[in-house]
Amino acid sequence: MLEIVLKMLFIVLVILGGMLPLITWVERKQSAVMQDRIGANRADLMGVTVLGLLHPVADVLKLFSKEDVVPTGANRTLHLLAPVVAIVPAIVTLAVIPFGGSYTFGGATLNLVVADVDWGIVFVFAVGGIATYGAVMAGWASNNNWSLLGSMRAAAQMVSYEVTMGFSIVGLFMIYETLQLPAMAAWQDDSFRLLGFIEYLLDIPLPAFLGWIRLPLWGVFLQPLGFVLFLVCIMAENKRPPFDAPEGESELVAGYHLEYSGMRFGLFYTAEFLEVPVIGCILTTLFFGGWSIPFLPQETIVGFIGAGFGEGFATGVCLVLHVLSFLMKVALMIWLQMALRWTLPRFRYDQVMDLCWKIILPLSIANVFVTGAIILWIETVMA
Amino acid sequence: MNEWIFYAFSAVAVAGALGMVSNVRNTVAAALSLVASMVSLGGIYVLLEAYLIGVLQILVYAGAIMVVFLFVVMLLNQRKDGFSAGRQWVMKTFGAVLGVAGAVGLVGLLPARFPEAAALPEGFGGYRALGVMLFTDYVLAFEVSSLLLLSAMVGAVILARRSAD
Amino acid sequence: MVGEAVVLSAILFAIGTVGALVRRNVIVVLMSIELMLNAVNLALVAFSRQWADPAGQVLVLMVIVVAAAEVAVGLGIVISLFRNRETLNLEEASLLKW
Repeated sequence: MLEIVLKMLFIVLVILGGMLPLITWVERKQSAVMQDRIGANRADLMGVTVLGLLHPVADVLKLFSKEDVVPTGANRTLHLLAPVVAIVPAIVTLAVIPFGGSYTFGGATLNLVVADVDWGIVFVFAVGGIATYGAVMAGWASNNNWSLLGSMRAAAQMVSYEVTMGFSIVGLFMIYETLQLPAMAAWQDDSFRLLGFIEYLLDIPLPAFLGWIRLPLWGVFLQPLGFVLFLVCIMAENKRPPFDAPEGESELVAGYHLEYSGMRFGLFYTAEFLEVPVIGCILTTLFFGGWSIPFLPQETIVGFIGAGFGEGFATGVCLVLHVLSFLMKVALMIWLQMALRWTLPRFRYDQVMDLCWKIILPLSIANVFVTGAIILWIETVMA
Repeated sequence: MNEWIFYAFSAVAVAGALGMVSNVRNTVAAALSLVASMVSLGGIYVLLEAYLIGVLQILVYAGAIMVVFLFVVMLLNQRKDGFSAGRQWVMKTFGAVLGVAGAVGLVGLLPARFPEAAALPEGFGGYRALGVMLFTDYVLAFEVSSLLLLSAMVGAVILARRSAD
Repeated sequence: MVGEAVVLSAILFAIGTVGALVRRNVIVVLMSIELMLNAVNLALVAFSRQWADPAGQVLVLMVIVVAAAEVAVGLGIVISLFRNRETLNLEEASLLKW
């Protein structure tokens, strides 16, 4: 029980307490760099600005001190409930994300994941499905036509992309042979010879120097198409630009959260921002080896350090290195999402739907078939 | 501990179902209370050790089917249920009597005590146990259900198409 | 817990039946049918737990598939009904009734 509470505290403090405020800063600064501006740097505490790092604090103060308006004719209960429904799924998803591997100290085993369940990835999808209700309830309860249009767009977009999101990583499940996120991360803690397939194709042994060209055994190298499709789908689920048709301010004023103000608007805003590191965690775990360090599997690290300092110490070092590696990969994924968000203009609503049903869905089904054929071929050749 | 969680989920499920059936003013609120009912049913499935079904319940029913319901309700934007006040009173009384009689009758058919539940094999309710069964013993049903889904999809597209030609 | 689950399933099924019989809004009637299917699913899961047999859960998967298909077609009918009649009331769509 204590172990679970400690793990929850760790992940909530790191993601909610550490990354979330930083991300608002990163968004401002990265967009400024990309658009050749200076970016937010005015918020100061007695003249100290620390590169604009005080802006998240100023944001929170501003949102808390604003008036909280419930429009006339709004459904009060649903209007109050909607921001909560929007933000809770993003936090709950963190429960199944492994932020480290499995470590044995003496006789005790430490699994660095809050809930090690064998349906981990299905849970992520289920919780993502609940997130739709935040937008739907907000738009309906506000008693505003723009909000209603926004939440209808949000409902259609999120349901459609959830389907394709599931299809796009079926190939990955076929390779990993598991739905358990910690097992997926552990599976990727290895490397493979990039040109190794030549041995099977041409039936000749690979020259030794070519065998040295290795890649980490990560999902992104095994399922490159799956990664691109999944990235598009999960970014569309988040409703941030370029997929922000549900809140497109030039057409729908602000979409489903138009009638929200103060901290309740702040919760919607937080939910969107919070999903950025959560998506980073999911992408890292599925496609970038989770906590693993490229070319240095756990046994190698433990064996190398353990030779001089004892196994318990080596396992501890390994744990710290793995958690740091995970956080660095998540930071990289956040950078990627920010770069995409500030590069692409908004899709038109019909383009969003076309992309989902006419491009991503056929491609991901083709991906499943090709992956299946290759796995079958490898299994028959190997046998 | 598990019993109390079960009773809490059951209370939410029954309250949500009653809220859906009795809400005559607001269809969206009715749909949302059915969502609450379905999510708590998912929790009950997990308590009954049907883990994958529990998650799929939330994923498919709460996450997809009910969103489609809400989408259609909002698309049609029809807020009232069309019957007069007198009619409503008759319907409410009739419904309450019928509901109580039906529930009592169904519960009365159940045995007073169930035998002790069988011991569970390793991996019960996981995706492996279900998947193996689905693709061996029930593979025909699986294939037929895929045909059913295809025909439903085509039917829905034809029905909802705007042009009448 | 299995016994309580079956009792809950019976109660939910009764509520769903009442909804399908009493309510006149097509969408609410469809939702009541969903509730009845859910009650049946609950009973299946409970019996599957009772006899430690995953076949009940496979059947639940099939019910979910049928429910999804039913909703797709049903809501398609609702939309075309609303386009033609401007109503969601079942009693105004009784052209085929004798």
